Parts: sequence; structure tokens; C-alpha cells
Amino acid sequence: MTDVRPRIRLPRSAAAGDSIVVKTLINHDMESGQRRNSAGEIIPRQIVNRFTCEYAGVMVIDMTLHGAISANPYIEFEAVVPASGDFVFTWYDDNGEVYTSTESFTVA
Amino acid sequence: MQHLRAGRTLALATACVAALTGVALADPDLTAELVIDGELHLVTRAPSDDVITPNLPERYSGFLFRDPATRDMQMDDFENPAMLAVEEGEGLWSTVEGTAGQSCQDCHGDAADSMAGVRASMPHVNGDGVLWSMENYVNNCRTTRMGAAEPWGWNSAPMRAMTSYISMQSRGMPVNVAIDGAAAPYWEQGREMYYTRFGQLELSCANCHEDSAGQMIRADHLSQGQISGFPTYRLKDQRVVSIHNRFVGCVRDTRAETFAMGSPEFIALELYVASRGNGLSVEGVSVRP
Amino acid sequence: MFTRRDTLAIGVGAAAASALPFAAFAATVDEAIAAFTGGAAVAEGGVTITAPEIAENGNTVPVTIEAPGAAEITLLATGNPAAEVAVFKFGPGAGNAMVATRIRLGRTQDIMAIAKMADGSFTSARVEVKVTIGGCGG
Repeated sequence: MTDVRPRIRLPRSAAAGDSIVVKTLINHDMESGQRRNSAGEIIPRQIVNRFTCEYAGVMVIDMTLHGAISANPYIEFEAVVPASGDFVFTWYDDNGEVYTSTESFTVA
Repeated sequence: MQHLRAGRTLALATACVAALTGVALADPDLTAELVIDGELHLVTRAPSDDVITPNLPERYSGFLFRDPATRDMQMDDFENPAMLAVEEGEGLWSTVEGTAGQSCQDCHGDAADSMAGVRASMPHVNGDGVLWSMENYVNNCRTTRMGAAEPWGWNSAPMRAMTSYISMQSRGMPVNVAIDGAAAPYWEQGREMYYTRFGQLELSCANCHEDSAGQMIRADHLSQGQISGFPTYRLKDQRVVSIHNRFVGCVRDTRAETFAMGSPEFIALELYVASRGNGLSVEGVSVRP
Repeated sequence: MFTRRDTLAIGVGAAAASALPFAAFAATVDEAIAAFTGGAAVAEGGVTITAPEIAENGNTVPVTIEAPGAAEITLLATGNPAAEVAVFKFGPGAGNAMVATRIRLGRTQDIMAIAKMADGSFTSARVEVKVTIGGCGG
């Protein structure tokens, strides 16, 4: 697999206390463990099995992913932003690797 | 492929014929507009002409044949998963590799300037009179100028990323490939291939994409087979695919031995098919099922 | 993943081809529901699933789920070899209880979302998504 690069999109601005739409995308094959190779052997599962988002230290969403999530997982949800702070996004790979991305957000 | 029993082949052939002659749905959707992020309007309908597409009433991007969910995915640069490949390509652009110690950027500078219009004119006859696809030009730079150890495979991840990034620099420009002069014999070769029936099913490109565009082949919508949206993120493959990769799929589905990606035959076919989309916008990186 | 030959078999005898696996999957779906609810009753309504009626390709199907007031949502694909798709737990920082993602569906089936509400009750919605086996390498 090539380098894993998370992408995040936040709105340009929001007022304190708004619920904002957060979009995330990460490149990952999400090998489901259901497929077979040309020799007929099961290709071992390797997926991102968990995704979390925290804002200013508060949990926004904690997602468990299974093999039925498409490759290059796209995850969209809403977060409340009471004040300016940092978003911390974390993806957990079956192989033990953890990918994180931090984005500062400023409320008007 | 060779070991198929006759009964199955016949059954599939029958299914295909039934589909090709079946009732057409309301395809393409001529009311659909392709607007990226609410700002950039792309041309998805272009006038036909008597030289290149005498049998098409009008040229339609494959976009018009897709359902709203797929179209929406392409119209938002964040939601378009092909942008992962574009970003990867952007990184490769400035990556030094090879004995010359140079990156693409060292010679070509800002891709937004130097690469604008490249996709729109590909394939293109090189200085030696040979028709080349974008992949050929990329690999020529790698091996002869950069001194890189290896050319990239035609369908390799870095090649798909680089061609995605370069194609994005022409997004919104009209496809305008040259078919005259040195390109003329290649274009004739491509046209000949387009109308030649291949495989056990004896299907030509034209059978599906000219005679039957707008109809269904089993559960799939048949488009005009335009390549103005390539490289494209294919929902089935869950990654970006190249033009030649799609050609392989089409020829394989006729139950023929296919030409290789990067073969002179496919480069000529690419020129002819690209010309059938002259006037449509380069879509940069599209989303297709 | 269907091969072209499997595809043909299904096209020819859809009923015969799908009857067997469906019976096998049913237990999996029930188990997945029970694992999420602990056996509690599941009401209907209060959950909205937005998905294409006909997916252009089953490998990447965009879905959106909204369940106002939900603390947790589980998403199940009742016709997949493994029914569980995802579980979403909303924390104190969550806005409206909505999520959008892209999922793999092996064939035409109901997708089901069960929401665990703040009071511990469960409510659900199901919607059918037709997955076409395409003519072009599908």
C-alpha cells in the first residue's frame, strides 16, 4: 500500500455552538477478508477497524468499521463547536498502525 | 477464456443481444449539469461533425449516463475519491528520483502552468513521428532525463497518480487532439479498430458505444465510451483506472484476447476515441461505476 | 466478488442461486441485531436511510443515516456474507446524529440501521438497495 494520507474538510467558518459538517477521506484498500487470490486462497483481512474524532478533547464520534466499508473510507458526520479548538482524527489499522490528523478550527 | 463451454458462451451472447436490442431507458440525462464545487462548469455535450463522428447526433460525456449519486460524487472535489490519486501525484511531481537528481518540477516548474492543456491533446505524435500517450511521455522523462532506474508500469499506482495529477491541470479545457498530419495514419488505424468486431461475441467498440449508446447491456448503461473523464475513479475497482485499463476490460468482455496496455494498437485506439470527444471538457478525474 | 461465470449463473436462475445463501445469512443478521440490542425490542421509525434505489456498482454505495437523538447507530447489510457494516457511537461533542459513508453490497438486499436512543430504547429502519450485476466486468 502506498502512504496513507488522511484528508479532512471543515467549513470555512462557524459561530460558537454551531453543529458543523465534518468530512473525512483516507486512502486504504480495506481488504475485506472475503476475497480470494488467483490461487484460491483467502486474502487476509486488513482494514481500518476504528475511527475516532475528538474536538477540544471531547469525543465527537467513535466508529467501528467492518469489511463492508468501501476502500478509501469516506466518513461524514456533524460536530458541535462551542469554542475554537483542535479536531483530532484517528484511524486504527488492523496491522497495528495508527494514522492521526489534527486540524485547528476557529469559531467566529 | 478458451476453456468456456459452448453452452455458456451462447447463453451470454444471447443475453447480450437481448440487452442490446432491449428497451432503452431515458439515457443520457441531458438535464444533468457538471459543476465542480458549485463553481467550475464543465462541457458535457459537444457538437458532432461529419469527419470524426458522422454517426453520432451529438457528443456526450459519460457523466450524462450516470445516476445522481455517482454524479454528485464527482461534483465535489472533497467527495471525489480520485483526488487521493491527484494528491499522490502532486507529491510525486516534486520528488527527486534517478541519477540526474531531479524531480518533474525541476524541469517543468509549476504543473498548473506547464501541464495545462497536456491531457487535452493526448495522445500526441512525438518528435520522432511516433504516437505517444501521456504515460509514454512520463516514462520517457523518467528513464532518459531523470535517470530513474525503472519506468513505471502502465497501470501502476504511481503512474495512475501522476496521470491523474497532470490531467487535473487541463480540467475544463476542451479535448482537442490532432488527427491530421503525422497523426493521420494512427487515427485511421484507431478508427479501423473501433469498427472491427473482436472476440467470440463479435462485438466492435461501435456496436455498443455508437449503435447502442443510451441502451442497456444487461444492467449497465451504455455510454458513448468517451474518455474525456479519464483517469476515472471506478466504483467497482475502488481506485483510479487508466484509459488502457478500461480498453482491456472492454475487449476482454467481447471474449477476445486483448491487446496490452501501452501497446501501439491501444495508443492508436486512444487517439481515435479521444478525437470522438473533441469539444468536451477534460474532466480531470471523473467518477464512474 | 462475482466472476463473470457466477454472474451468468445468477442471471439464469436468480431464485435458485440466492435461496441457499439467504437462509445461511439470516442467523448472522439476527445475531448481529441481538449483539447490538441485547435482545431488547426494536421499534420502527425515527431513522432515515438515504441510499440509491439501484446502486450503479455494489462495491461503492453511498449511504446516509440520520437518527435524531440517537446515542449509537449500527448499520447492517442483511444480504452480505457478514452483516455488520459499521457501528457509530456519538459522543458529547456530536452534532445532529447523522453519518454518511460508502459501503459494499454483495447483491440486492435490505440495509438496516438500528439506533440506540438516549433513553436506551431501540428503533430502526430498513431500505432495499438493488445491486445490479453489470454487463461490463461487473
